[in-house]
Amino acid sequence: MRKFADIHLHPDLTKKEDIEKIIYKAAELNYAIVGISLPLKTRQSTINFSRRICEAAGVDFVARIDLTPKSTSGLLKNLRQVRRGFELVSVNCLSKSVARQAAKDHRVDLLAFPSINPRERFFDISEARLASQGVAALEIDMSLILQLHYFPRVRILSSLRREVAIAAKFHIPVVISSNAVDSYQLREPRELASLTTLFGMDKESALNAVSVNPIAILERNRKKLDSSYVAKGISIVQRGANCDS
Amino acid sequence: MNAIWSMAYQLFGEFGASHMNLSLVQYIGEERITIVRCSHKALRNVRAVIAAVTKINDKRAVIHVVAISGTLKSLRKKITKPAV
Repeated sequence: MRKFADIHLHPDLTKKEDIEKIIYKAAELNYAIVGISLPLKTRQSTINFSRRICEAAGVDFVARIDLTPKSTSGLLKNLRQVRRGFELVSVNCLSKSVARQAAKDHRVDLLAFPSINPRERFFDISEARLASQGVAALEIDMSLILQLHYFPRVRILSSLRREVAIAAKFHIPVVISSNAVDSYQLREPRELASLTTLFGMDKESALNAVSVNPIAILERNRKKLDSSYVAKGISIVQRGANCDS
Repeated sequence: MNAIWSMAYQLFGEFGASHMNLSLVQYIGEERITIVRCSHKALRNVRAVIAAVTKINDKRAVIHVVAISGTLKSLRKKITKPAV
């Protein structure tokens, strides 16, 4: 039985009712894991509240941050600050240099290209080649497709078709999320997966993009953030004076 | 149903919408459930159309797929069965 994850929810964090509503709706739609986008300086009380609501609703809470750096130095500075504090790090790539740096960096989990202008979407073959040597996945937010109409939607679908084909060629995992601001923008996991037919993803890849791929990223990060993790392939099994026993 | 047809035209055009063979079977007002028939070959496209609907009569709305079945009898059983 597949477990589904929507790792990009964007409720208004100043309104507790909005956070509650969206989490309960996600639980109703059979999501096992939800990721809430938090700003860099988030109050611990907001995180604790979100975590409590997720526990009550029976879903797993993931703390996520969306970085929107203006330069590569800004990106590196942000990554140093946030990596240990958040389970998921996404970078909104608004320039080519930031996109390239994010693809190379092993601290970045998700590459997002929020622009609807095809000239400002930098997921090309060079980007894919860099990402294939790292750990970053391509994130596609379905809210763009739902909000746009007519020609802008046609353009974004063309861009996504091209990007998904490039990601498949270089074996880069694709993650699909709703980027929902409220419960009206949430969709059931199989509905999100079915929307990918608009830009040429096959059924199996689409279902993996809402289940297997985001969960794999999360498990990898949780292992790394665990206190027993030392480095890749090395973890502390036992501590204490007499570790032979 | 108009909202679904309108979205089908927008996303797939008249040619694509013609492959869907969409028709309304029943509307259960009390439970706000609509039963829609479509071609099984176009099922994935129809699901995309339904997921893409964001407004009904100019009001914000969302349509969720509750159940899918090949026969009306088993579909009615699924939608009346309480969730486990």
